[in-house]
Formats: sequence, structure tokens, C-alpha cells
Amino acid sequence: MISMQPYQNPTYFLYLTVALLPIMIGLLRGKRYRLYETVISLAFLVLTFGGNVWIQGVSLIGYIIYEVALIFGYFHYRQKKNASWVFYLLVFLAIVPLAIVKLEPVFQLGKISLFSFLGISYLTFKAVQMIMEIRDGAIKEVNLMLTLQFLLFFPTISSGPIDRYRRFIKDYTQVPDQDKYLTMLGKAVHYIFLGFLYKFALAYFFGTVMLPKIQMIALAHHGLSWWVVAYMYCYSMDLFFDFAGYSLFAVGTSYIMGIETPVNFNKPFISKNIKEFWNRWHMTLSLWFRDYIYMRLVFLMMKKRWVKSRVAMANIGYITLFLIMGIWHGLTWYYIVYGIFHACAIIINDMWLRFKKKHRQAIPHNKFTEMFAIFLTFNLVCFSFLIFSGFFDKLYFMH
Amino acid sequence: MKDTVLDILADLTGSDEVKTNLDTELFNSGLLDSMATVQLLLELQTQLGVDVPVSEFERSEWDTPNKIIAKVEELG
Repeated sequence: MISMQPYQNPTYFLYLTVALLPIMIGLLRGKRYRLYETVISLAFLVLTFGGNVWIQGVSLIGYIIYEVALIFGYFHYRQKKNASWVFYLLVFLAIVPLAIVKLEPVFQLGKISLFSFLGISYLTFKAVQMIMEIRDGAIKEVNLMLTLQFLLFFPTISSGPIDRYRRFIKDYTQVPDQDKYLTMLGKAVHYIFLGFLYKFALAYFFGTVMLPKIQMIALAHHGLSWWVVAYMYCYSMDLFFDFAGYSLFAVGTSYIMGIETPVNFNKPFISKNIKEFWNRWHMTLSLWFRDYIYMRLVFLMMKKRWVKSRVAMANIGYITLFLIMGIWHGLTWYYIVYGIFHACAIIINDMWLRFKKKHRQAIPHNKFTEMFAIFLTFNLVCFSFLIFSGFFDKLYFMH
Repeated sequence: MKDTVLDILADLTGSDEVKTNLDTELFNSGLLDSMATVQLLLELQTQLGVDVPVSEFERSEWDTPNKIIAKVEELG
């Protein structure tokens, strides 16, 4: 049997429609058929992690047992004590499997990774988030079944969006009233059809039809040419429509199941600056980094008075955040440069915002300056994606 | 308590708007950012003894001076 990646082909959507129909009818009648939902979730997990990739399935099971043991172990510990070092140790242990997967290609530890499976990074975000909220006392009880439903929620398992435990179980443990559910269904249909347009028309056009041709010509020019610029825009469009399309499917499917998974994209290319861009692009990831890394790090620096100046504190926060984000994508020079590029961009952005605040009267603000800001941000972002694409690696280092 | 919160907010946003219009949208208007939010949480802790962990800070529940005052009353 051949495994199926989520939302990749018509057969998957056919299975999905058939499987979701009873859930939909149930929710319309005000009921959640939990046993049926669980069976369906397991069936879709088998579809994605079974068949010819069953080794991934084994890794997933091992990984889940490990992370759940950490979460429950820490929860029981936290009811009695609250030492910082235990918390940091637990966060470290929760990240270890992902770190091994990311480090493996660098050290070439072997051809087949023992720990790797589709979606491991997204599961790690969910697990670490639970440990942090348990420490804060925000998660006051953990339930094994709910934790498994949260971690293994099949519509978002492969690439997010990254939900939050407390938000998820609030939806999962209740049934939306009929009016609300009908609105959600309307949105779901809209999202899924928009997803078809994004993923199977636009991403197909930019990514499958155009990109290989442009890449060939650009590489044939050996070095910088206008074709590199064409590649940059084409790649950026492909990246957006492909991932936004996938995210729309994941959110749409969640809505049909009565779960309001947060959206991942909100018109990122109309952002007027980089800061705004990160509030609109891959939002569940950037908000995760904001809430669980940036804000916590700044909180610590401020409370312990490690750093005096606010500006320095913010900048250390940005550099840490974007370096981790870069490394998370993979240990290659271009992902790390991508991270540093965005850290610099946002630091400069902040400098400009401070300058603007001081000289509000002297700086013109009108439709034209806004258009210019959008244009500048768009091009800066596309350039960062060109770095991210690894194209420079092919152009300069792979002869 | 209310005055203390408003003083903190005015100080952090560098604007008296928060004192005159208690429904000012703090995040959408760009008056508060993540950095200032962390400062707000720390000031609430030191000046009013109200402990708000970062996890409990859901932006939509804290986005106007009125909402913040209500939250502090609830937690204090």
C-alpha cells in the first residue's frame, strides 16, 4: 500500500469527504460522535504514516509516547515543585528528537533516519508549548485522551497550523450551536475551494510549470542575471500559494470537524513593514515564536536586569528568535542567513519606527508613501525567500 | 488601582490618549508592542502585586485600557 500525504491528490479529498460526512451530520444535530471521530483520525494517520512509509509510523508512535511521558511527568512534578532547572531540562528533552532529526543530515549519521517522520517539528511546537504553559500554571489539568487528540489532530498533523492546547480542547469538548456551525461550514467550503485555486492552479503554475524553466535558464547564465530576479518572484509566489493553499485545506477540514484552528496567512503581501509581515505570514509559527521565545526571553532579561537598554533587549530577542527560526528550517547556511536577514530587517524597521515617532510632523504620510512601503516590504521579503530557496547555493557552490 | 494602570500605560505608550479614551485599541494602533507588553506585565507585578504569566496574556482580552483594568481587578 502506498501512503498518502494530506491534501495532495483527488483520492485523498474523496476519502476526506466521505469520512467527514457523518461528523458533519452529527454536529448539525448538536452531537459529536467521539468514537467515530477517533476511528477516522486513526484511519487518516494510517493513510499518511502507514503503507510503504510504516517506519515513519513507528517513529511517530515512539515519539508520541516519549513526549506524552514528558508532559505528564512534568505536570505531576509541577503540582508539587517549580525549580527552573527542571523546566529547562524538560524543554531540552522535548526538543532532543527534533534536534537529532535536524542534525542528522549534517553529520550523515545514516541514510534512514530513525526518528524522522512527517510533521515532527509541528508536533514539537505543540509539546513544548504545553510544557511552558504547565510551568506558568496556565494549563491546570492534563487529560491523556485530550492531549493525544490535540497532538495527533490529523487535519494539521503534517504542517500545522500550530494550535494551542487550551484553545483546542475548548473547541473539542463542546459542540458549536447550529448557527455558528453553519457559518463555520460556509467558511470551510470557501477555504477549501480557495485552497484548490491556490494549490492546484496557482502553485502548480508558478512551481511546476514556470519555476523549473526559469531555474534552468538562470543557472545557465552562471551568476547574476535578470533571470535570478524572475526566479525570485516566481519562487516567492510558489512558496506562498503552495503553503497558503495547504493551510486553507487544514483550516477548512478543522472547521468541518467543529474545531476553529487558527489561520496561517492574512494577505501577507500587503504588509507595510517587516513587523507587519510577520503578523500576516505563517502566523501560527511567528506567533508561537513571539509568545514562547521572544516575550519570555525579554521578560527574563527585564526581570533579572541582564540588559539595561530596551532597544538592546528587543534586538537580542529578535536575533535569538530569527536564528532559532532559521536553524529550525534546517542546518544549511542559507536558512541561517535567511534568519539573520530577517532579524536585521526587523531591527532596522524598529529604528525607523522610533525615528518616525520622534519626527511625526516632518515625515509625510499619504497614499503614495503607503504604496512605496508595501512595494519595498514585498521586494525585501521576496529577496529573503530567494536566500531561503537555496538558489545561491546552486548558483555558486554546486558546480 | 485604575490610576496606577493608566499611569503605567501612558508611560509605556508615551501618549496621554490612553487616559482620555479608555477604549483605545492598544495593539492595532501600534501603541503597544510585544516589548511594551512585557514591561506592562512586570510593572503590574511590581506596582500592584498582580501576577500575570505570559501564557495568560491573550491579546484579545487585553487590547484596551478598559479591558486591562477589568483584567487587573479580576486577578488582583
